[in-house]
Amino acid sequence: MTQQIRSLVITGYGTNCEMEMAHACRKAGAAADIVHLSEILSGKYAVADYHFLNLAGGFLDGDDLGSAQVENVRLKYARIKTTGRTLFDEIQAFIGRGMIILGVCNGFQVLVKSGILPGNPLGKRRVSLTFNDSAKFEDRWVRLKVNRESPCIFTRGLESLTVPVRHGEGKFVCDSEETLREITQANLNALSYADASLSPTMEYPCNPNGSAGAIAGICDRSGRIFGLMPHPEAFTHPTNHPSWTRLETLPEKGEGMAIFDNAVQFLTGIL
Amino acid sequence: MATRVEVGLKPHLFDARGERVKRQILHAFPQLSPLEKISCLDIYSIDSDGLKGEWLEEAFCDPVIQDISVGSLLRSDFCWYIEIGYKPGVTDNVGNSARYALKLISGKDIPVFSSRAYLLHGSLPRDLVESIAEDCLANELIQHIRVFPVDECPAIEPYIPRVTMLHKAEVETVSLALSDEALLKLSQERTLALTVEELKVIARYLEDREVRAHRRSVGLTETITDVELEALAQTWSEHCKHKIFNADIRYEEQGHITEISSLFSTYIKGSTSEIRRLLGPEDICVSVFTDNAGVIRFNEDYNLVFKVETHNSPSALDPYGGALTGIVGVNRDPFGTGMGSKLIFNTDVFCFASPFYTSELPPKILHPRRIFEGVREGVEHGGNKSGIPTVNGCIVFDERYLGKPLVYCGTAGIMPREVGGEPSHLKKIKPGDRIVMSGGRIGKDGIHGATFSSEELHEASPTSAVQIGDPITQKKLTDFLLKARDLGIYRAITDNGAGGLSSSVGEMATLSGGCTIELDKPPLKYVGLSPWEILLSEAQERMTLAVPEEQVPAFLALSSQMDVESTVIGTFTDSGFFHCTYAGRTVCCLHLDFLHDGLPKMQLTARWNPVIHEDLPTPVPADHAGKLCEMLGRLNICSKEFVIRQYDHEVQGGSVVKPLVGLSCDGPSDAAVIRPLLDSTEGVVVANGIVPRYSDLDTYHMAACALDEALRNYVCVGGNPDRWASLDNFCWCDPVQSEKNPDGEFKLAQLVRANQALSAYTRAFRCPLISGKDSMKNDYIGGDIKISIPPTLLVSVIGRIDDVFTAVTMDVKLPGDLVYVLGRTKRELGGSEYLASLGMTGTVVPEVDAKTALERYRTLHRAISGGLIRAAHDISDGGLAVCLAEMAFAGGFGMEIDLGKISADPGLLDTEILYSETASRIVIEVKPEDASRVEALFGGDAACIGSITPQGRLTIRSQDSSVIIDEDLTALKSAWKATLDF
Repeated sequence: MTQQIRSLVITGYGTNCEMEMAHACRKAGAAADIVHLSEILSGKYAVADYHFLNLAGGFLDGDDLGSAQVENVRLKYARIKTTGRTLFDEIQAFIGRGMIILGVCNGFQVLVKSGILPGNPLGKRRVSLTFNDSAKFEDRWVRLKVNRESPCIFTRGLESLTVPVRHGEGKFVCDSEETLREITQANLNALSYADASLSPTMEYPCNPNGSAGAIAGICDRSGRIFGLMPHPEAFTHPTNHPSWTRLETLPEKGEGMAIFDNAVQFLTGIL
Repeated sequence: MATRVEVGLKPHLFDARGERVKRQILHAFPQLSPLEKISCLDIYSIDSDGLKGEWLEEAFCDPVIQDISVGSLLRSDFCWYIEIGYKPGVTDNVGNSARYALKLISGKDIPVFSSRAYLLHGSLPRDLVESIAEDCLANELIQHIRVFPVDECPAIEPYIPRVTMLHKAEVETVSLALSDEALLKLSQERTLALTVEELKVIARYLEDREVRAHRRSVGLTETITDVELEALAQTWSEHCKHKIFNADIRYEEQGHITEISSLFSTYIKGSTSEIRRLLGPEDICVSVFTDNAGVIRFNEDYNLVFKVETHNSPSALDPYGGALTGIVGVNRDPFGTGMGSKLIFNTDVFCFASPFYTSELPPKILHPRRIFEGVREGVEHGGNKSGIPTVNGCIVFDERYLGKPLVYCGTAGIMPREVGGEPSHLKKIKPGDRIVMSGGRIGKDGIHGATFSSEELHEASPTSAVQIGDPITQKKLTDFLLKARDLGIYRAITDNGAGGLSSSVGEMATLSGGCTIELDKPPLKYVGLSPWEILLSEAQERMTLAVPEEQVPAFLALSSQMDVESTVIGTFTDSGFFHCTYAGRTVCCLHLDFLHDGLPKMQLTARWNPVIHEDLPTPVPADHAGKLCEMLGRLNICSKEFVIRQYDHEVQGGSVVKPLVGLSCDGPSDAAVIRPLLDSTEGVVVANGIVPRYSDLDTYHMAACALDEALRNYVCVGGNPDRWASLDNFCWCDPVQSEKNPDGEFKLAQLVRANQALSAYTRAFRCPLISGKDSMKNDYIGGDIKISIPPTLLVSVIGRIDDVFTAVTMDVKLPGDLVYVLGRTKRELGGSEYLASLGMTGTVVPEVDAKTALERYRTLHRAISGGLIRAAHDISDGGLAVCLAEMAFAGGFGMEIDLGKISADPGLLDTEILYSETASRIVIEVKPEDASRVEALFGGDAACIGSITPQGRLTIRSQDSSVIIDEDLTALKSAWKATLDF
């Protein structure tokens, strides 16, 4: 008998996509718990009890000091009551066990601001996500090109993905040209904003924020940690698509499910 | 010593915020050529020194993109430095987060104050820089401006807006044994908004022998305390008691007199009771007009909760803070209904003057563009940060909203029909239950909000009426309380909105029969608040709960674990008194029934004189295509994509019909459909209707058309017309006759007529009203200028669609399909956008034939459920021509239309067919193979007027078959998009 995949969706302090994130995990066949950060810090729940960690979208601490800036501080300084360890310690151990992490939108911002992505070395911030060139929050659907050479386990077998972006701080920037080169040479740039012909683009609005290298999502070298600005959990049902009423026949499920299906498939293979 | 930290983007990065600010400034100061560049800095002023540099870097700086400087200037390559911080006591969300982050790192809890600096590059004179700061960057009501030329910058001191209070927290007594004149003065000086008559009722209450004896027994004198007077003024305010809607009105119409005892009981509540009786087992109402929001059945397991509010006066003073508070405030209504509901969507409707207004502004009025942008941003932050999708809304423009913009914010929630085995929509409180306040702390924010909004805006309107909401504090609060609800550790919940604790506890106390509030218990933001201020403060993000004594420890423990402050502030009793103490001494003791029912009914007169405009012939445009482009670009018709895109309309994952639809996702949707339960295909439909222009002719038909517009939007997307309910939200100009308001009786007659229509038409449509709101003083008086809004009624409709897969959008789908108009077109151009475009009002306002309309809507629903309709779009502002153009360019296919085939009254001009706004009409697209079935369903009500073509052109033939419009879709769409392309 195969082991039940257990996914953890962390919420609290301004996270707001936890419900659809958990729904996507369940639809892909995993069990999912929505757990408030305070319940982890109090010791009631432990990251170590899970296989799949989901950092969902939202506005942690209101983006007040810049997106995920306060969360980075919380991960590294707040102590878990029962163990005295930090959340960052827990996540590091979780990664060490070969488990997987998905960060979407605000969750992606958490991963880069805390240096979990690109994760070389772990904990050092080398890339960031800042204000869109338009200086506006925007909700719009984008077409994404999948990098077939990427080690990313979440995008395996995919060529493209159509899902919405909903952010004001999604412009991907690197601390240096070398970092950008390192990311693209190792094919950590798993997802790019693309135009109608599926070529990566810097043109607004296909590239909605002006991201360097048209990068919409990156993974670490293992491919098990993946962060992206667009929202795959927002397209789990065919009627989520903005033009679904124009289709003669509808797909069985939304394209975003592919990310979660891949996650569960990967874990099923290793557990 | 204090520490000042500057953080800015690294110079090689594009400063998007700076560019945006520059664009805004150049719009307000088009002649400003020397302004080369603006850079933004984030400033943190910390009320301490000796902080380690690495702490500050870790907390405030993103080293990949930012530089940081502590105690010195970060940049020197600029000409002017503008710093904008908050005034003392104004909510500073960024400062609070900064304090929290610094505490996590350093263990020290030190106040941090945030401000924003703008570095202006370009040699500009000082007075111009100051104007830029005042007119574009800051709102001096809540913000403090400092301007320095570059050479003075090194000496910038940290800006620490500490709250300092000079007066002691004391209770005063107020004598009411005064002359009428002195009573009036008292009411005005204390912003009580009580009339002389009302103050005399209070004086008489205090003279009662039993009252006096009881007061002595609790240690009060026969003179009223300020706590009591303020509590009464708040509870009796127009805002809370709806005095005008509950007044006895003598309505005169051409010699005929009707006596109306309460508009609310007669026309709103009365109609709903009647509709519920008629519907019998089909009635979906669960709780109406009793709680913070209306409750209807969604399915076997869940109920829906819906409320729409306005936040007009605060949005006029501080558009951003006012609108932000409006949205997070209305969130607490469904959240505080019954046992509490989970919030599933927001809907917003704004009414503004033109953002292109160029005349001189009356005193204290902000430019409409600033109001527009501030309100838009406030609702963006309020909605997006709360994780509640903004699924639907509209913006109405009229010059008369210059004095007071209208900001309608609505929120719906979903809750299980039972929580812990009890019906979730009921509130129960037992004597002995503790009163607990959860969430934010109390400050001077919003004191007198309830009484203030019950007056017109004037030059000396108080600034303390403005609050700034904090969606994240509220999100933490709602996360906590939903968990507490499901654990069953509280008994009842309500929100703290207008009137603060006075209102929330005062209302809850009626369920147990009394209360004692210990006013020294609630946590304060800063010391120095008087007991009455603690009772009345409208500080945000607070809920009041009734917690059984034995659950208090569990409740407080969960609260503290989830970083939410909760405090026991008193006890619910059955004493019959609204009782408050401060430091152990009684400071307020009023009979609960006097507090709630002691207010005498107002006696008002309404007089209706029909407005007669001369019936002029409808002007015919020389160039029909050009006219259509002009119509599409009008503010009330043009694309609002610029606003809609900035609202998250699909968080929570259940979006089905979005506000923007079609081939390129930019067509204007009629209504929204969402799936609140992700495992189900049952959907919720929401739509709005609002047509204030028609008020210039007759508010009766304005109200009927507003309801009809909401309903036809609802059915267009597939909503079930046997499962709908509505909300009324009246925004009126002062309808009480007085010296300064000489046409009050007429405005009251307009209100009566709107109510009569709402009553008649909700009955005819079998659509119950379940909740509502009114805002009665939407006037501005400044100097000798008075601006009154047009009487405005927003009708919001909520209901269900049984299977979301049957939902329909408005964009045309396929060439070859047929185009039908449902309903007959009449010569009804009175109040139309077409005549407005010519500066005319017209005479014949659209009248709704509810019987035919309901039949049509039910038939359409059957056709949609059967999959026979490919697209449906309602005909509203701009008539048939605008409707067809929108459908065509949203779908990317052209149309061939023949006006001769339309069902219209005899003798209509082509122009009248194109632009008449006859109600209840809908355009549908049908596959040729379904044509006979659709025609059989609708009978003569559906007229085939043309077809969809593969060419990207809208071609319209006149009744005599000549082509009067043949326009490229790209041109039509550009005209529609250009106006508000900010």
